[in-house]
Amino acid sequence: MRKSRERPGELFMGVLLAACALAAVVFLLLIALYLILAGLPAIRKAGLGEFLLGTVWDSTNAEAPRFGILPMLLTSLWGAAGAVVLGVPVGFFTAVYLAKAAPRPLARVLRPAVSLLAGIPSVVYGLVGMCALVPALRAALDLPAGDSLLAAVIVLAVMILPSVIDLTTTALEAVPREYEEGSLALGATEAETWLRVSAPAARSGIAAAVVLGVGRALGEAMAILMVAGNVPNMPGLLRSVRFLTTGIAIEMNYASPGSLQRQALFSIGLVLFVFILLVNLLLNRTLKGRKGA
Amino acid sequence: MKEKDIIKARNLDFFYGRAQALRHVTAAIPAGRVTALIGPSGCGKSTFLRTLNRMSDLVEGTRVEGSLTFHGEEVFSPNVDVTELRRRVGMVFQKPNPFPMSIYDNVAYGPRTHGRWNRAALDDIVERSLRAAAIWDEVKDCLKKDALGLSGGQQQRVCIARALAVKPEVLLMDEATSALDPISTARIEDLILELREHYTIVMVTHNMQQALRVSDKTAFFLLGELVEIGDTETLFSMPRDKRTEDYITGRFG
Amino acid sequence: MAKGRRRRAWNLLAAALPRLGALVTVGLLAFVAGYVLWRGLPGLSWALLTQEESVLHGQVGIAPCILNTVYVIAVSLAAALPLGVGAAVYLTEYAPRRRLAAAVEFAAETLSGLPSILYAMVGSILFCTVLGLQKSLLAGSLTLAIMTLPTVIRATQESLKTVPRSYREGALGLGAGKWRTVRTVVLPSSVRGIAAGCILAAGRVVGESAVLLYTAGLSTAMQDFSSLSGLVKASGSTLTVALYVYAKERSDFTTAFAVATVLLFLTVLLNLTAGAVGRRR
Repeated sequence: MRKSRERPGELFMGVLLAACALAAVVFLLLIALYLILAGLPAIRKAGLGEFLLGTVWDSTNAEAPRFGILPMLLTSLWGAAGAVVLGVPVGFFTAVYLAKAAPRPLARVLRPAVSLLAGIPSVVYGLVGMCALVPALRAALDLPAGDSLLAAVIVLAVMILPSVIDLTTTALEAVPREYEEGSLALGATEAETWLRVSAPAARSGIAAAVVLGVGRALGEAMAILMVAGNVPNMPGLLRSVRFLTTGIAIEMNYASPGSLQRQALFSIGLVLFVFILLVNLLLNRTLKGRKGA
Repeated sequence: MKEKDIIKARNLDFFYGRAQALRHVTAAIPAGRVTALIGPSGCGKSTFLRTLNRMSDLVEGTRVEGSLTFHGEEVFSPNVDVTELRRRVGMVFQKPNPFPMSIYDNVAYGPRTHGRWNRAALDDIVERSLRAAAIWDEVKDCLKKDALGLSGGQQQRVCIARALAVKPEVLLMDEATSALDPISTARIEDLILELREHYTIVMVTHNMQQALRVSDKTAFFLLGELVEIGDTETLFSMPRDKRTEDYITGRFG
Repeated sequence: MAKGRRRRAWNLLAAALPRLGALVTVGLLAFVAGYVLWRGLPGLSWALLTQEESVLHGQVGIAPCILNTVYVIAVSLAAALPLGVGAAVYLTEYAPRRRLAAAVEFAAETLSGLPSILYAMVGSILFCTVLGLQKSLLAGSLTLAIMTLPTVIRATQESLKTVPRSYREGALGLGAGKWRTVRTVVLPSSVRGIAAGCILAAGRVVGESAVLLYTAGLSTAMQDFSSLSGLVKASGSTLTVALYVYAKERSDFTTAFAVATVLLFLTVLLNLTAGAVGRRR
């Protein structure tokens, strides 16, 4: 059979589209490569132990700069944990309301409101935190300054709320109606059914929501840059603290290219990258687990 | 009268993964005739139809063994240009599937695909195809309208026109009337009888009366096997195989 | 019946908590939006939106930042859209090799989870230094294109999946090749979903600040968008970056909240359009 004219064009497009798809892989490899290449030298110079476990970050000291990221590492972990502790319950119960309890018309209004919450730029959250939350904390707790881990945790909790709500609502809505009917038929109330039947049935989706929240909280920079005070202290709830992300952000524009300080910032980036990869891996596994269940 | 077989299958096997859908099918499809494929659902008649223009390729993990030729050339040979094969062996589907475009663009889609862009020539092709599909009078004043706005029967005739517009030699119809009402069905059956003059038609139908009304030849499939193929009248009046007789007398299926 | 009473209490709580949660969420949204409007609306004026800042004349204006934002949206989408749609088409329509598809999906997922500060770092080396774009809106836009790529890919994939199989079969059955089928039948049928995805991506671009802070420059002066070299060299702050600079570095909260108000309106607008575009069919 004679070859048609279109054949070469079709082949070309196939290759071109495959190239588009590969672009995502290439970008990821490029990012990983840059972070490793730029991040390893400073770690090697400071020593991995000193870098990860050192408690002093003094990158601009001309004589003896110190690059210990433990304060930032712990702050990031505490911050993410705090955001989850505050944000997940609120998000979970909101999702139960949206998926199960709310009258349909109300739910139809509330869901766009939640996605609006997700769409608000992080600097706006930072600004509101800076001007409303920080002074309020200072006044309420009688502190010298309100910029603190606590302020950052509250801002982060609000910021992870929409994704927690979104994933949890989706998971709850996917629970087969028969489960709930079974429970109701046994004389359980609706509220009991949501919490004792629907939520456990949706648990892997909810777990994924928590993991995603952790990822978001670990990765946020600008909003908490504006409320956390940014001193590289060991974490304390009412202390001024610096996160891994803000540690990079605060010095990026001042570190001269090629300097050890800048290399050290890339080392922080590398650590953050590894953390996020682990979180993603966990997220993937929880989501896959749901498909299996 | 000399009869030339345009499509020949010899010991054709077809597998979906491990499941065998066709077993040693040997059949010849005569040119310029209507051949009906009948049999209970899941018997392989649709699978066989879809091998004829390699629409079967669209399902992943399938495998073909044996031989299937179109004009003496192996259909499943790697050298075959599938797009050209499908131009020459057109297809009409069970459910009318017009594209979300105007009636005109639907019919012109095929010719454009195969490189015909001349406006006057396209106008001509579109009109002739719609006439051939017996729908020209109904749509000639609204060619620019969305084809999805037509009734099911009209949509199906537009789809037939669309298939005819690329000047195929063979037209495959996969239960093309099963989604239509009786009046639309009757119109399409009339159309098939007219199209027989110029095209080779292979149709899958679950309706034995339809096969009897419009086809010259009938093939009966059962469990992936071609049980019997022959002149329609002979097959329905004097089936050679007991299973064919059981089926056409309504004992199963 | 102590048990009955406990159960009743439990039930009351179980019924109250979801309402309480929803109330807190809505309250937070109302507070954030209300607070921004309360502090921002007074500072918002036609002059602010249309003028350029001038320290000499004591004049504030965010017109350049608005234009910069538009530029960044346009360029990053122009780069991400073809790549993202191409990748999605490949994944849903072609993808002959499972392993490649799995690698691409893993990469897209990982990219969508990376913190923007990492994009900022890599973008500042890759585009500003290695490719020699300096700190420029172009460098920022290209970095954001990588960042929004997963959003475009996902939205396009979702949209392609809703195109009926019968459309593809119809075209393939006429002897159309795969790409022709995709271009003439599949893509036109999924345009709405792709458009909604683009608006989503635009929303991410509008809201992003960390990347631009380190790759696009901080100037609030009007850039020259009239020539090609101007377009390549232009550098400056978008609305979010301007907000950050006004609040954190200049302590000009009136302007900062006015910018926040503009951003809030923009977010609402983008959300509404995305909803409207995505829903109708």
